[in-house]
Amino acid sequence: MDQRLRVNPILCSGHGLCAELLPEQITLDEWGYPLLADEPVPPSLGRLARRVVSDCPELALALVRQR
Amino acid sequence: MTSAALFPRLLTATGEPMDLMAHLRAHGRTPYRGGPGILIDAVEAAGLTGRGGAAFPTHRKLAAVAGQKGIRVVVGNGAEGEPASAKDKALLWSSPHLVLDGLQVAAEAVGARRVHLYIHRDPRLLRRLQGALAERVAHRLDRIVVGVVSAPPRFLSGEKSALVGRVQGGSALPRFAPPRISERGVRGAPTLVQNVETLAQVALIARYGAGWFRAVGTEQEPGSMLTTLWRADGSNAVRESAIGAAITDLLGLGDQPGQAVLVGGYHGAWLTLEQARQLTLSNLDLRPAGASVGAGVLAALPAGHCGLVESARVVRYLALESAGQCGPCLNGLPRIAATLSQVADHRSARTTSAAHDDLERWSGLVEGRGACHHPDGTVRFLRTALTVFAAEVGLHQERRCSATTGETFLPIPEASPGHKNDWS
Repeated sequence: MDQRLRVNPILCSGHGLCAELLPEQITLDEWGYPLLADEPVPPSLGRLARRVVSDCPELALALVRQR
Repeated sequence: MTSAALFPRLLTATGEPMDLMAHLRAHGRTPYRGGPGILIDAVEAAGLTGRGGAAFPTHRKLAAVAGQKGIRVVVGNGAEGEPASAKDKALLWSSPHLVLDGLQVAAEAVGARRVHLYIHRDPRLLRRLQGALAERVAHRLDRIVVGVVSAPPRFLSGEKSALVGRVQGGSALPRFAPPRISERGVRGAPTLVQNVETLAQVALIARYGAGWFRAVGTEQEPGSMLTTLWRADGSNAVRESAIGAAITDLLGLGDQPGQAVLVGGYHGAWLTLEQARQLTLSNLDLRPAGASVGAGVLAALPAGHCGLVESARVVRYLALESAGQCGPCLNGLPRIAATLSQVADHRSARTTSAAHDDLERWSGLVEGRGACHHPDGTVRFLRTALTVFAAEVGLHQERRCSATTGETFLPIPEASPGHKNDWS
């Protein structure tokens, strides 16, 4: 099943760790907040995406099933 | 029961506030229906939609909460944080018993055991409503005691996740992806949130029926709605208008055309005078033009005022009203506001086209990236301002301005000390 990254913008403080770990899916805007790819996480990046979710210092990221 | 009220339906024709005795003479006692089904069917047949701005079909919200288990809650939303809108305050002041009847019959329809009324923090209005509620208890009209909750004077107070936060005793801050409020709202209970005007309309439909309701308005958007009108001659008023009424007639554009028309408030859209003259108060008509009726705000900008300066004032206000919870909104809106103000006040060190590029880039960076729709609404207002007032932007590029008066037009509340952290 397709999964996508989702950020809770209230929790996110712009640490930027996610963009370092997964630049293929996450870039930072000019203020340091993540811009997520508008596409599902490919299976080859699944493990890294799960790590991004668990390592976010604010626990602001989630992997959600695509609607 | 007395015969169906003539137009206007919600406000008294004289503008005099209606006390309980006058209300009972005009409309009779609270129209309980004995159970959920009858009222929800009548509301569906009437085609009533929410009057708080989103125009969502009311019967679907009623049915969604009625279908839930456990203790259910109804909240009447009269927070009206939009500075250019005065219709909910006017309704609560002059016809409180229609709203309170609506709360009770909506509670009956969804099987709710708790009812709250969420209103602007105004001691005079609060006293009046508490007086009205006490009278109703004395006349045995209300089956459920209504708790009155005051909303902080913020633009976002009425946003529904902020409302839930405040009604359950916390702050009126928007939440991210709250669960569906119809399933889990106030303290986790299934909750119906309806604008106070919508509730007053429900109370009328419960009495006079769907056919009566549909006697005004259009086939697709039946009924009437309250509007707050800011005319180009400087007058303003709250009026009840049939949906589908011509904007020209509502604002008197024939006599006092003004330069442009703001529709739907500060998260709404500017229209050129030519557009406004061809459009009516209806979403079917307005949506192709990128606008919507919202909560019924219409404002004709008078000649002699600068649309760019007025828009910059509004955007600055909206930036200050950000809850500051989400990074893109917290960072983007102040930059957008500052840049627009610089162009408006001829203080920009950059060329207008560089400023334009910045505004467009930041708009893209804030849109869709907030927990609530505040950045999206702000960007909608900004983009239509830059389009409709493009000629004025050109003048400002040459350090000129079409304004012939230093007076301001659109209402912006003055922030009080401590306003920034006042969310409860």
